[in-house]
Amino acid sequence: MKISFPYMGTSHIAISYLLSGLGHEVIYPPAPTKKTLSLGVQYAPEFACLPFKILLGTYLEAVEAGADSLVTSGGFGPCRAGYYGELHKRILHDLGYPVEMLVLEPPLRAPVDFYRRVSRLVRPQTSWSNFYRIFRIGWEKLRTLDNLEARLHELRPLTLSQKYLTAAYEQGLEGVRAAQTVDTVKVAGAEAIVEMGNVPLDMTRKPLRIGIIGEIYVVLEPFANHDIEKILGEMGCYIHRSIFLTNWTRDNTLIDGEKDVRASAVPYLNQLVGGHGQNSIGETVRYAENGYDGVIQLAPFTCIPEIVAKSIMPTISRDKGIPVLTLFLDEQTGRAGIETRLEAFLDLLRQKRMQQEAS
Amino acid sequence: MKGYLGIDVGSVSTNLVVIDEEGRVLVNLYLRTRGQPIKAVQDGMRHVEQELSGSDIEICGVGTTGSARTLTGVIVGADTVKNEITAHAVAASHLVPDVQTVLEIGGQDSKIILLRDGIVVDFAMNTVCAAGTGSFLDHQAARLNIAIEEFGTLALQSTGPVRIAGRCSVFAESDMIHKQQMGHTFPDIISGLCDALVRNYLNNVGKGKDILSPVVFQGGVAANAGIRAAFEKALGLKVIVPEYFSVMGAIGAAMLAKSAVREKQETLFRGFAISEMEYQASSFECQGCPNLCEIVNITVDDEVLARWGGRCGKWETLRKTG
Repeated sequence: MKISFPYMGTSHIAISYLLSGLGHEVIYPPAPTKKTLSLGVQYAPEFACLPFKILLGTYLEAVEAGADSLVTSGGFGPCRAGYYGELHKRILHDLGYPVEMLVLEPPLRAPVDFYRRVSRLVRPQTSWSNFYRIFRIGWEKLRTLDNLEARLHELRPLTLSQKYLTAAYEQGLEGVRAAQTVDTVKVAGAEAIVEMGNVPLDMTRKPLRIGIIGEIYVVLEPFANHDIEKILGEMGCYIHRSIFLTNWTRDNTLIDGEKDVRASAVPYLNQLVGGHGQNSIGETVRYAENGYDGVIQLAPFTCIPEIVAKSIMPTISRDKGIPVLTLFLDEQTGRAGIETRLEAFLDLLRQKRMQQEAS
Repeated sequence: MKGYLGIDVGSVSTNLVVIDEEGRVLVNLYLRTRGQPIKAVQDGMRHVEQELSGSDIEICGVGTTGSARTLTGVIVGADTVKNEITAHAVAASHLVPDVQTVLEIGGQDSKIILLRDGIVVDFAMNTVCAAGTGSFLDHQAARLNIAIEEFGTLALQSTGPVRIAGRCSVFAESDMIHKQQMGHTFPDIISGLCDALVRNYLNNVGKGKDILSPVVFQGGVAANAGIRAAFEKALGLKVIVPEYFSVMGAIGAAMLAKSAVREKQETLFRGFAISEMEYQASSFECQGCPNLCEIVNITVDDEVLARWGGRCGKWETLRKTG
């Protein structure tokens, strides 16, 4: 199988390793660009959300490059993303690409289906024991990538050289990519953490602390969110992202977790509304209780779960005293609008902090 | 005497004001941007220079705001470049000190700002949709062949406003056309449109916000008496339109410049001569990756003043190469 997969943040490093380790030829998905977006917009239903369009564009670029199979994740519940794999497949078929689509549903919800689909990926080429070995290394890579990114978010507001920090981080990514065993992945990660820590820091700064919440794809993929983490980091903010792929995969695959976040949401929203809607509520409560200065909610335009969450935000803001800025993201590639809103939001947070410190 | 210049370059209008040490407005100017921000700023500077000639006012600080604030900041040599939300809030709380709510509708964007005790505590701005902003009203006035200045007063003559769909300007326009073809009068249709836009504003940017009095309504659209009346009707509150409602962003920018200069004791202002310089804005598409970023160069006499527009930052770092 010539296989490709959705591009999301840095996860491609681990996923491509996993697939090629299983003996597949990996067609590397291109990082999304304006061209990807234009392709997606051209062939997607107009009313579909931004993640659907970017993913469709990515798939079209991948099949153009020779992919005959695509692997993606599914989902349950009211969010329409659960149906996206099927719809993508039909659109690609209609366009004359007879591509095979492997949609991996959460294993706890559909164990038999999950087993059958994973078998399709594993069995023709290799053994289950090899799968286990490769999976462990891939998983370690994914975890290390997440750790490096979390560290990057901590250091950005403090560093005296964004350039060296970025270079050290990117070198770390390269190390993780090259590593071939669980141990060497760990070593590469540890070395990168040390290297990033060597960049001079100004520890006297007291960065604003902001939690990023919202729909998973636009939170994780910088192209979809205008590099919001980088912009905020360089504006001197400490960013805590609510979603990391390993948390997410861990919670949804192995144990039916996220319980704490959902429990925090219950006083405001006591049921699932699809996607990450309930999580967004719970996470906002958690950020407020942990002394964060503010929360930024990222949502694709027309995303129902996040619209539901947004309408509850004013109540949480009032109860917990935490400002929330919601950004709806769509096709626009101009960045000025986002920057204006972020600047104003940071002004608001700074004033609030000054007022608190004065009293 | 010391004066501070504030410049707000928006999608539709370019506004310049000069304030004195006490924040009194000495000069105020409202020009159309007409898609040429540099030219609009240069024209504006020429006007301001004329108005100040003969007086003893010396510009001791400059602030810019609005969607072309970065570009303008480079051209005039700004001491502060600030987003329009903060600028509007600063101006509103200066002119109406106990203000709690600012409604602002400009050419392409609309925002709501909530202040408590002079501090911004919440705001919202339209993100993916510009329905119900000044340029849509401009477009409708042009379509009906009515001067935009009379558009609002016409609404006040209505005896029974018709219902117009306000959620999207395309829907609103077709609804207006349907009603017009049924024989409804201009005042009733325009009044219905004002109601619809206010309903959409309150439901979109104003959703879930505590709109408390005093409410200040500013931005170009505040000139529209029909929208003003529709706000008062929908909110059940008195809506204050400040004297300089159309140049509030510029007033805020001037005030921010005043405090920025107080801290650093000098100004970066390049002087009124900039209105006669040849600024060139050129752009090219970077071929470095498939993002094909549109990079803008701002040059004066072949010297690159600034460059922006890329995602990766490699062009921005070449700033001031000349």
